[in-house]
Amino acid sequence: MDYFLTEEQAMIRDLAGQIAAEKVVPVREELDEKEEFPREIMKVLAQSDLFGLFIPEEYGGLGKGSFELVLAVEELSKACLGVSTTYAANALGTYPILLFGSDEQKKKYLPDIAAGKRLVAFGLTEANAGSDAGGIQTTARLEGSEYVLNGTKQWITNGGEAEVYTVIAITDKAKGARGASAFIVEKGTPGFSFGKKEKKMGIRASSTSELVFEDCRIPRENLIAREGMGFIVAMKTLDSSRVGVGAQGVGVAQGAIDEALKFARQRVQFGHPIVGFQAIQHMLADMATETEAARALVYAAARFIDSGAKDVTKASAMAKLFATDVAMKVTTNAVQVMGGSGYMREYPVEKMMRDAKILQIYEGTNQIQRNVIAQSLIKEAAKGK
Amino acid sequence: MMRIAVCIKQVPDTAEVKINHETGTLVREGVPSIINPYDMHAIEAALQIKEKTGAGVTVLTMGPPQAESALRDAISMGADEGVLVTGREFAGGDTLATSQALAGAISRIGAGLIICGKQAIDGDTAQVGPEIAQFLDMPHISYVRKIIEVNDSLIRVERLMDEGYDVVEADLPALLTVVRELNQPRLPSLKGKMAAKKAEIAKWGAAEIGVSPEKVGFNGSPTQVKRIFTPEPKGGRKTLEGTLEEQLETLINELVEKKCL
Repeated sequence: MDYFLTEEQAMIRDLAGQIAAEKVVPVREELDEKEEFPREIMKVLAQSDLFGLFIPEEYGGLGKGSFELVLAVEELSKACLGVSTTYAANALGTYPILLFGSDEQKKKYLPDIAAGKRLVAFGLTEANAGSDAGGIQTTARLEGSEYVLNGTKQWITNGGEAEVYTVIAITDKAKGARGASAFIVEKGTPGFSFGKKEKKMGIRASSTSELVFEDCRIPRENLIAREGMGFIVAMKTLDSSRVGVGAQGVGVAQGAIDEALKFARQRVQFGHPIVGFQAIQHMLADMATETEAARALVYAAARFIDSGAKDVTKASAMAKLFATDVAMKVTTNAVQVMGGSGYMREYPVEKMMRDAKILQIYEGTNQIQRNVIAQSLIKEAAKGK
Repeated sequence: MMRIAVCIKQVPDTAEVKINHETGTLVREGVPSIINPYDMHAIEAALQIKEKTGAGVTVLTMGPPQAESALRDAISMGADEGVLVTGREFAGGDTLATSQALAGAISRIGAGLIICGKQAIDGDTAQVGPEIAQFLDMPHISYVRKIIEVNDSLIRVERLMDEGYDVVEADLPALLTVVRELNQPRLPSLKGKMAAKKAEIAKWGAAEIGVSPEKVGFNGSPTQVKRIFTPEPKGGRKTLEGTLEEQLETLINELVEKKCL
C-alpha cells in the first residue's frame, strides 16, 4: 500500500530499515539469548540522527513529528522489538520535557538527547501503581531549594542504562491524582540507585529495572511544569507515545509475515511448497490484511497527532490497542504456519511471538486502552458530538 | 585546516556480477552499483580524522555521469563535497591514465592527505593509489590497517604485512591505501542524506584538471585489456572419505604410487 510518504519520510524509513537489516538482524538472536543491552546499535542510531527525529531543530533535532518516529520504530520493530523498545522508550522519557519542560530544561537536555548522547527513561509504574496511576507512593518533598525523593519505581524500561529519568512522584498526598508532579532526575544523583534487572519473557535486549530513591535530593528547577501537573504530564506523554507502541506492533507483525511467507515458499510437504495449500494461504492472507489495517490506523493516528489536534487520547489508544492485538495474533500464526520450525529458536518467529506479548501489556494494558476509548466515547456523547 | 581527498570507485555489486563469455567483459546492465568496499574504509578513515581535527573531506571519482550517486552516498556518510571527473576523453582508461586524471583533480583540490581503498573489487589491480602518489611526487603507504597519529605535517600508521605489521611515518602530503582491518564504515545519517540530496557535485573534464586529453582515457593507456576469462578448473581433484585413519592410509598409498613419497 502506498501511504504517499514525502521524499524525506521515505528516506527516514529506508535508513531505519537499512540499520535494522544490517545492524540488528545479525545480532538479535544473541542479544535475546544473552539478555544484552544493544549499546552498539544505540550508537549507530545516534550517529544516523534517529534520536533527533522528533526533537525541534532549535534543540539540535530534525524537527519531525510522531509520523516520522512511527516510521523509524516500525522498521526497527521488524527486526527486533527489544531494540525498538529501547529506542521508543527514549522518546517516552523525553516527551515530558518536550511537551511540558521549561525553555531552560529543553536547552539543558534536548540537544544531548537529540544527539543520542544521553538515553532517557520514564518512571511511572510502581508495585502498587500500574493501571491505577493514582496509587503512586513515591514522594517528593520540597526542602528549601531542593526536592527530596523517596520511593521505588518498578519495571522501568532503560532503567540503569539511561542517563536522564523523568519521574512522577507525589508532592501532596491529600490531593490524590492532583497531588502528583513530574521531575527530571539524572543518573548519579546521590540517593538514586537501581534495583535488580528483571528477567523477561521477551524484549530481552531491552533493560528493565527498579529505580530506587532514598532521600534523593534534586534541584527545585528539575520540577517539570508546576506542582500537581504530574498526572496530566503522564497522560499527555502516554497519548503521544502509545502510537509508537502501535508502530511496534505493525513492525513485528510485518517481520513475522515476511518470515512465514519465506518459509512457506520453501517448505515442501505432500510434494508441494506449503504456500500452495489453501489452509496456509488463508492464514497468510488474514495476517497481511490485519497488519495493513493496523498500519493504516497507526499512520492515521500519528498524522492526527502531528496535525496539532488537541485531544488525541482516543486515536492513540485505538492505534495501540488494535495494532498490538494484531501483532500478537499474527506472530502466533507465523509460528503456526512454520510449525515445528517456527517453535525452534533457530528461526526468529518464536522470539517475535514472545516479544509481541509485552505490547498488549506495557504503556497501558489493552484492557485499559478499551477503558480509555470507552470514556472518550461517553464524553463525546455527553457533549452531543 | 587540512583537506583530505578520498578517491572512490563505483563498482558492480560483486554478489550480483556476471561475465559475458563472448566478449570477456563484465555485464554491468541491471547490476546494482555500490561504492567499492575498500573505499568505504577510506571514507570512514577520512571522516574519523575530520571528527578529530576538523579537516575538510572531498570525495572524488572518475567515471560516467551515473557515478555521481556514489559521491552523494559518500556525502550522506559525512563527506563535505564531491568531485566527479567525467567526460568522453576519460573512457577506456587503464590504471595509469586513471591515476593521471585523479592526480590532476587532486592538484586542483589541494589535498594534504589522500586516502584510497587498497584496490577495487572489479579490477583488483591495487595500482591506482600508488600511481597517483607517483604523479603527485609524494610518499605513499599502502595496506594501512591503523592510523596512529595524524597532524598537519605528518602521519604515522601501521602497515599490514604478511607476518605482522610495520609502523611507518611519512611527511604530509602523502597518500594512503587502506585495508578492511582499519575500521568499520558507518551508515549514512539523516542530516547527511539531506545534505547529499542538495549537494552540488563538481564535474571536471580534462580541461578543468589541467591534463592533456592525450594522457587520459584510451589514448593515455599503455595497457589494453585483450581478454577477460574465467580460468578452466585444473581438474584431477579427489576428496578422501572415511575415518581419519582410512583417509590417511589412502593418502599415503596414493602419494607412494605417484612417487611423491
